[in-house]
Amino acid sequence: MIKLEGISKIFPGQKHHAVKNLNLEINKGDVCVLVGPSGCGKTTTMKMINRLYEPTEGKIFIGGEDALNKDLIKLRLDIGYVIQEIGLFPHMTIEQNIATVPNEKHWPKEKTKEKVEEVMNLVGLDPKIFKDRYPAALSGGQRQRVGVARAMVADPPIMLMDEPFGAVDPITRARLQNEFLRIQEGMEKTIVFVTHDIDEAIKMSETIVVMREGEIVQHATPSDLLSAPADEFVSNLVGRNRSIKRLHLIRIHEILEELGRVKPIPEDTKTDEIKKRLDESATRTVMVVDSDNKLKGVIGVNDLKQKTGEVAADYYQDVMETITNDATLNDALSVMLECGEGYVAVVNENNQYEGTITLGDLLNVVKEDS
Amino acid sequence: MLQNIWKWLIIPLIMIGIGTAIVIYAVNNPTDSIVARMLTYERIFRVIREHMALLLISMLAATFVGVAAGIMLSRPRLYYAGRVVENIVNVGQTIPSLAILALFFTILGLGFRTAVFALFLYSILPILRNTFAGIDGVDYSIIEAARGMGMNSFRILTKIELPIAFPIIVAGIRTAVVINVGAATLATFIAGGGLGDLIVTGLSVHRDMIIVTGATIAALTAILLDYLIGRVEEKIVRWS
Repeated sequence: MIKLEGISKIFPGQKHHAVKNLNLEINKGDVCVLVGPSGCGKTTTMKMINRLYEPTEGKIFIGGEDALNKDLIKLRLDIGYVIQEIGLFPHMTIEQNIATVPNEKHWPKEKTKEKVEEVMNLVGLDPKIFKDRYPAALSGGQRQRVGVARAMVADPPIMLMDEPFGAVDPITRARLQNEFLRIQEGMEKTIVFVTHDIDEAIKMSETIVVMREGEIVQHATPSDLLSAPADEFVSNLVGRNRSIKRLHLIRIHEILEELGRVKPIPEDTKTDEIKKRLDESATRTVMVVDSDNKLKGVIGVNDLKQKTGEVAADYYQDVMETITNDATLNDALSVMLECGEGYVAVVNENNQYEGTITLGDLLNVVKEDS
Repeated sequence: MLQNIWKWLIIPLIMIGIGTAIVIYAVNNPTDSIVARMLTYERIFRVIREHMALLLISMLAATFVGVAAGIMLSRPRLYYAGRVVENIVNVGQTIPSLAILALFFTILGLGFRTAVFALFLYSILPILRNTFAGIDGVDYSIIEAARGMGMNSFRILTKIELPIAFPIIVAGIRTAVVINVGAATLATFIAGGGLGDLIVTGLSVHRDMIIVTGATIAALTAILLDYLIGRVEEKIVRWS
């Protein structure tokens, strides 16, 4: 889908190549992550694809067409572009921001409106609530969603994403990444993704391109990169704790069924029963659900000691943080660390309980792999 | 809605009320015959009219030229020229307005037109500087996002740069208006008319009442215009 042939870039007034004789082919529907230390040329490479930088040498083909001889505006209108949250237009409402490309393409108003609402729903922003707000009134995570929605609205076959989840806290970032992967599953867009975070690269990509000083050091699948780093530079970048990084490659639903975890208890369970269940539980906690299997709370051994009633509903505690089953094991680990607990509850999008992942489960996975 | 209009109008109405009261009081209670001869309704309205004419003509021209020049200088090709002009403008701003009037009087002679021209030049400075700084200050990543999504330079200027710079441009216009109202009182020295007529005459005949009348109207005008422009800006800019 995207083919870079012998691409070089030397910025005016500089002697060194920012990018040097780079060859890269990205298949349709793949997420290709460019990763490397700052100044390695990853962003430069990406910006040459939509010609924000013109390559000094080389050829670029997009869907077989010579991109360097294509009309600049046409080329860019068909490439979605996401940059860090700061790229939102502060003087436009969320609706106007997202409608940027449709407006440049002169779509009819009705079609634009419909499509804007559609992508807002897709990225999880309720149009009724957010449509007329300005970017300043949004949280970091919400702005990133708007950025992604804005790039997707005109359904471009290709998207360029420059550290799109860079400016949010780790938990929000994991959530955005998972949502994005879920959306991508249905869309099959060809995506070039730039990040300096190797964990993000491993998690998001079909293929990873590791760059250094303007050149490709290794181009491989995440799994190959972890098991066979090309040289010391790559293995340093990947880091020593490679087995932990494997946690990025496994999704919760892949292991949840094997676990056969202790069943949750209904709200009217008597204390004796709860005691029995707690003794069986690896984490010394049980989850409480309502008749609809929705997660209501959690009871730990300590809660039982200080109990104030006869049934579970009287003294269960709120669950601080939950996770969905499309998240990775690494996300589960960071939620556990964040909350200081040895477990995390897995729920579906309707908050229905699906299981519990414990620290011990993660240990087992890491052990099996190494 | 109606309440909003009242909120909007209350300060302007107070200003106009104070001004009218002072004029009526001064005309009806002259301290002596000299004051009575100087302060007539006819004379006061004439100088106010002249003052407004000086102000409006010079400000309209200055806004137009200042914004246009600021935009031009902010274009990449002229960017370094823009930086130089910005510095020249900053120096130019330190020249006293009286000196500017005096300078053009030697070139263009006496009269209303010379005064308008001098005020026009003097008012361009803050407007040009703010337009340039406002556009220059737009975050580069915003421009790059717009370019990356397929906007051309003209669209970026009209849809992104100017709207984002708008509050800063308006701040420049407000500064210019306030300076202009004050500087226009000096037009009287080159026979340009305006409220300066009252103030300078009052000074030369030692009649405080005449000075105060002229000075108060000028001050109220400055506050009133500054307030109105500010409210209009607030109505337009809802995003910050």
